[in-house]
Amino acid sequence: MTATAGYGQALDLITRVGGVRGAMLVSAEDGIVVAEQLMEGIKGPAVAALAASLATRLRRAMEAAGVGASLFWHLQAEGGALLVVPTPNGILVVAVAEPDVNVGLVRLELLRAAEVVG
Amino acid sequence: MADEIKKLSSQLAQDPDSLVFLRLAELLRHKGQLDSAHRVAVTGLERHPHLADAHDLFARILADKHDYERAFDEWDMALRIAPTHIGALKGLAFLYFKVGDVEQAAAHLEAAQRAAPDDQGVAQALALARGGQVPQDTPGTAPAAAPSPSPSPAPVEEPLPAAAQPLEEARVFAGLEGAEEGLLLLDASGRVLGGALKNAQGQDVTDAVAAYLAGVSQEAARTTKLLGLGKWTGVAAEGRSGHVHLTAPTGDALLLVVRDRAVPMGRLAIIAQRAAGAARRWLEAHG
Repeated sequence: MTATAGYGQALDLITRVGGVRGAMLVSAEDGIVVAEQLMEGIKGPAVAALAASLATRLRRAMEAAGVGASLFWHLQAEGGALLVVPTPNGILVVAVAEPDVNVGLVRLELLRAAEVVG
Repeated sequence: MADEIKKLSSQLAQDPDSLVFLRLAELLRHKGQLDSAHRVAVTGLERHPHLADAHDLFARILADKHDYERAFDEWDMALRIAPTHIGALKGLAFLYFKVGDVEQAAAHLEAAQRAAPDDQGVAQALALARGGQVPQDTPGTAPAAAPSPSPSPAPVEEPLPAAAQPLEEARVFAGLEGAEEGLLLLDASGRVLGGALKNAQGQDVTDAVAAYLAGVSQEAARTTKLLGLGKWTGVAAEGRSGHVHLTAPTGDALLLVVRDRAVPMGRLAIIAQRAAGAARRWLEAHG
C-alpha cells in the first residue's frame, strides 16, 4: 500500500464517525497539511498551522507540569471541537467535529488512525 | 430471574469480552444484589471503557448505593461519550433534583425529550420538574417516579468545615481537592492569582507552567475563531503520566487543573467545573 493510500484509509476511519466535519494529517513541526478530508468551507492549511502551534504550546505546558507529552487532546468550543492525537513520528491526526459528536468514538478512531499512520 | 442470572454468568465466564455483563449487572441490581452488580459492572467497564451504556449502568448501581457523587461522574462520562444518551440525561436530572437544582434537572430532561420525544417517563419527570417536585427513585428503577411533597434542596458543593473558613477565605481554591498542587488560576497576563502546581517529584512547577498557558489560550481562541466554532470553552488533554484541563472561568482568567492518570477525564472536567465556580466567586469578590 502506498503512503497516500494509507493516509486516505486513516482519514476514512475518522470521517465516517457521525458529527465529524473533517479530518487531517498535519506535520507537527511545521503545521503543513500532509493529507486531508474536509467538508467545504474549512480552511485546511490555516487550521493545520494553528493546530500545530496549539499542540506545541500545549506539549510545553504539559511537560512543564510533569504529565508528559500529550496522547490525545480536545479543544472544546461553543460550536464544535477539534480533537487531536499526536503520533510518535511527528504527525498530528486531527478531527474537526460538531459540538454533539461522540468524543469517545472519535478518540478511538483517531488512535486507530494514528496506528495506521505510524 | 435466578436462572437467567446463572445463564448470563455462565455466558460471561465463557466470553469475558461479551456485552452480556450489561444485562447481568442490571438483573443483579433489580434483585437488590448491589455488590455483585457493582463487581460485574466494574469488570465490564474495564473491558469496555468507552461504552456509554456501561457507564450509565454503573451510575445506576452507584445511585442505588447512595454514592451520588460517583454516580454523577459516571453519568457525566456517559454523556461525554454519547451526548444524547437518554439514561445519562435522566440520571443527571435525577441527581440535580436531589440537590434542589430544578433548573438543571429540567434542562437535562428537556435534552432527553429532544432525543426521545416518545419517552413517557421523560415527559412525566419533566412535568414534575416544572412543578418543582422531586422524583424519589433512581432512574431505571420505576417507570413513573413518585413525587415527594417538596424538594429537599442541598448545596451542590460541599461546605468547608466551619473552623477552616476564616483562615481559608482569602485563598481562591480553599477547601477544594488539590488546591496547592493541582489547581492554578492566572490572569490575562499570566500572573498567578491562586493555587499551585507540583510535579510528581513534589517540585513546584507553578511559574514554569504559567509561562506557557497564555500561549495555549491565545492559540485556542485563534483556532476556534478560524473554524467558526465560537468561544473556546476548554482544552482537555491526556498525558503519559497525567491529565490536564484548561478553561477560562471568566473572560480574562485561565484555570488549569492537573491530575494523575488515575483520574478519568470526565472526573477531571467536573473538578474543573467546580474549581471554575470557586474562581469566579473569588474573582468577583476580589476583582
